[in-house]
Amino acid sequence: MSEAPLLEVVDLVKTYRLPRTSPFTPHGRRPALAGVSFSIVAGHSSGIVGESGSGKSTLARIALALDKPDSGAVRLEGRSLFDLPHHELRALRAHMQMIFQDPYGSLDPRQRVERIVAEPLAALGAAGRAERSARVAASLEAVGLRASDASKYPHEFSGGQRQRIAIARALITRPKLVVADEPVSALDVSVQAQALNLMSDLQQQAGVTFLLISHDLAVVAHICETTAVMYRGRIVEIGPTEELFGAPAHPYTRELVDATPRFDRPTRVAPAAEGRNGLETTGCPYAARCAFAQSRCLKEAPDLEDLAGRARRAACWFPLT
Amino acid sequence: MSAGGLWRPRVSFSLWAGAILALMLLLAAAVSFVWTPYPPAAIDIPHKLASPSLAHLFGTDDLGRDVASQLLTGSRISILVGLVAVGIGLVFGIVLGLIASFSGGWIEDAVMRLSDFVFAFPALLSAIMLTSTYGPGVINAIIAIGVLYVPIIAKVTRATANGVLAREYALAARAAGRGPLSIAFDHVLPNIAPALIVQATIQFAGAILAEAALSYLGLGAQPPQASWGRMLAEAQNVLYNAPSLAIYPGAAIALSVLGLNLLGDGLRDALDPKLKARS
Amino acid sequence: MLLEVSNLAVDLMGTAGAQRIVSGGTFALDEGESLGVVGESGSGKTMTALALMGLTPENARVSGSIRFEGRELTGLREEAMLALRGDRIAMIFQEPMTALNPLHRVGAQVAEPLVLHRGMTREAAFDRAVQLLDHVRLADPERAARAYPFALSGGERQRAMIAMAIGCSPRLVIADEPTTALDVTVQARILALIDGLRAESGMALMLVSHDLAVVAGHCDRVIVMYAGLIMESGPVEVVLREPKNPYTRALLEARPQPGASRGRRLRTIPGSPPIHHEIGAGCPFAGRCDLTIDICRTTPPPEVRFSADRLSRCHRAREMGSLNMRTGA
Repeated sequence: MSEAPLLEVVDLVKTYRLPRTSPFTPHGRRPALAGVSFSIVAGHSSGIVGESGSGKSTLARIALALDKPDSGAVRLEGRSLFDLPHHELRALRAHMQMIFQDPYGSLDPRQRVERIVAEPLAALGAAGRAERSARVAASLEAVGLRASDASKYPHEFSGGQRQRIAIARALITRPKLVVADEPVSALDVSVQAQALNLMSDLQQQAGVTFLLISHDLAVVAHICETTAVMYRGRIVEIGPTEELFGAPAHPYTRELVDATPRFDRPTRVAPAAEGRNGLETTGCPYAARCAFAQSRCLKEAPDLEDLAGRARRAACWFPLT
Repeated sequence: MSAGGLWRPRVSFSLWAGAILALMLLLAAAVSFVWTPYPPAAIDIPHKLASPSLAHLFGTDDLGRDVASQLLTGSRISILVGLVAVGIGLVFGIVLGLIASFSGGWIEDAVMRLSDFVFAFPALLSAIMLTSTYGPGVINAIIAIGVLYVPIIAKVTRATANGVLAREYALAARAAGRGPLSIAFDHVLPNIAPALIVQATIQFAGAILAEAALSYLGLGAQPPQASWGRMLAEAQNVLYNAPSLAIYPGAAIALSVLGLNLLGDGLRDALDPKLKARS
Repeated sequence: MLLEVSNLAVDLMGTAGAQRIVSGGTFALDEGESLGVVGESGSGKTMTALALMGLTPENARVSGSIRFEGRELTGLREEAMLALRGDRIAMIFQEPMTALNPLHRVGAQVAEPLVLHRGMTREAAFDRAVQLLDHVRLADPERAARAYPFALSGGERQRAMIAMAIGCSPRLVIADEPTTALDVTVQARILALIDGLRAESGMALMLVSHDLAVVAGHCDRVIVMYAGLIMESGPVEVVLREPKNPYTRALLEARPQPGASRGRRLRTIPGSPPIHHEIGAGCPFAGRCDLTIDICRTTPPPEVRFSADRLSRCHRAREMGSLNMRTGA
């Protein structure tokens, strides 16, 4: 086992080009990631939470080299993905797989399950026909499906079963890292639990480390040891999941925690920051929404820094205690 | 609430009607290879402009040639032109469309602007220009029509392929480590095939029409080759004496085109997985 | 009672004959009350809401009785329904992007019901629309009224939808998954807004959601639906504390709770919700339910009444307190 972390993401920046509004104006630019760094140690699953537009899905794609950042690096066990030659990157993909949100869109409707699940093996050009079938069967059984399901088409399965097929596909190369982008959001509550338990099992038994991306704090808390909260392309707080949600240091984390529906109390709404709506500042990106913002927050952007006495880092001038 | 909701056929009327008409076209061509009532080009001046009879089912033309035999044989040219022109369009169009879709960026823009450029010329006019430059004849007509189909197919390919590439299963294939070529063959082509089949069927009808028009103008099939377009052109000379000579090939063209368009429409519904899932 | 629904059934006519999407729907809603309707996909919760609005699809047949303000709505002529809709009963949809017409200005759409039902001129209605947009706390309501839907964010569009719904001071607002497409922080704000509007106008609310936790925080009473049947109904806090139906209990235990320990096994419900034609003679939850006994597979579950507004549809409802369910699977 190498000393390098399983996944290391260094100062990622990504800006999307927007369509022109007229032929004479330059393309607009929308920053998706504005300098994101973190690392994941093998065996310690991490979560990323944030609202739409926070850049979390962009981060997932770049972490798997499905998209290129404008700058920054991604290293899997110390090997920089964007500096590798094509064929080596392809071989490395066996160690990192992905689970997608939509169990309807992520399986090719015109292929049989056997071919879908075997796709990562086919991409490696590894394993003969017989071995492939055997591994597909083993992978399907590992996620609680039957080996005989291999000859069916995706439309013959329910949403929850389809998500299992997608998980079986991600597992077939026995990857070390699995990036899961909203893996249970599209599933019914009664089926979500099956998928979450399966993910827990995979962590413990198959040694899979997850990078779990979700808007649902409860889902992330269920799987991940460490969690990062993203807001507008930056990590605003990162730390051990339980403490992070138990005692948020960043006002945005607190807003998320309060807003999450629970059985034991109504959702709470953060006090509105009156009169600063749509405010563009050079300071903290959250300042326009923050009920605790002071004049410094509007002028200077805080960096992600260690909080004294807490196993936590937050990007806030006035962290909550 | 109406009874219409209860009865929803899987195979639509247009699919049936289209398939039957298209089959008749194929059958006519097939029969003409083994049997025609008379040699289609056999001139028989004494019996010119004969009315329909048992001897000549659709009568004879101004040179005494048997109309029925010419109609049967003429279908060959229509099918040949349709098949080869659409084939040219498909092969080059799919390749260009896929290149555009996979590469994106300026290559995609370039391919699409080139398509627009070809589009800007009215199809038939361009075909006339090409055949009159490189000489009349079936081969040149086919090439002229086929070339004009390339941008059409390329556009359809690119649009549908972009749709497939935006789906998560295409992203999943990339995450699995597959290269563009194998994604194109394994995921994109099977999923865009229905759209292309529909398009090809409708373009086939267009090709028949274009060939008829070119032959009518004397730029397509040359005598003694039987062609519906040429039959129309020749019928024009005797239109007042024997108007039915124009009606037969005209009806043959109309029925073939109608049939293929119906078939295309029917296939569009039958191959749409969204509609299939609902039934 | 503002709304009394009894034995509501919705059948969809299809190629395979009629399919019952909702059956035996009986519930009531008082002035100012809020009722949560919870269910998974295919539970019939949306169809129930559409039936109240008279907006069921063309191939649907609605039977039973829907009495609103003492008036029977089933079998009511479309013109009479039109007069009610948007005036006495209003609806908020899940996806405001598709529920708003992209080609019309937001203000004109919010004004539309006022023109239709209050006979206001377009200009007067537009001015009122600006006030309404301000009332739902849209920043810069003047600008929002003149904007087209695409120019607003998801949360802003949903606020505009709400402004449109409350324009004529309806007595009943039906909200079908009003926050499902939104971020949690926006969801919390929208739900708080709806709470506030309800408190101030005394309108009744029917909140349809897949998320029991959303309903828990914002409704007085709850109906839990499964495969077209009301499995359980009652006051929210009672149902959550002491579910009398195994399905409700399973839903409560299946969802990971914030603050619960990591990796704790969640209770799973085997299988997946049935598709309508798969429902046999017995209880639709039979087979997925840990408490399944022979009778569950053969006989439809009876309605067991615990009090005037507490009901469970289960053969074993009375044993629920003493039965412990297996955890995990």
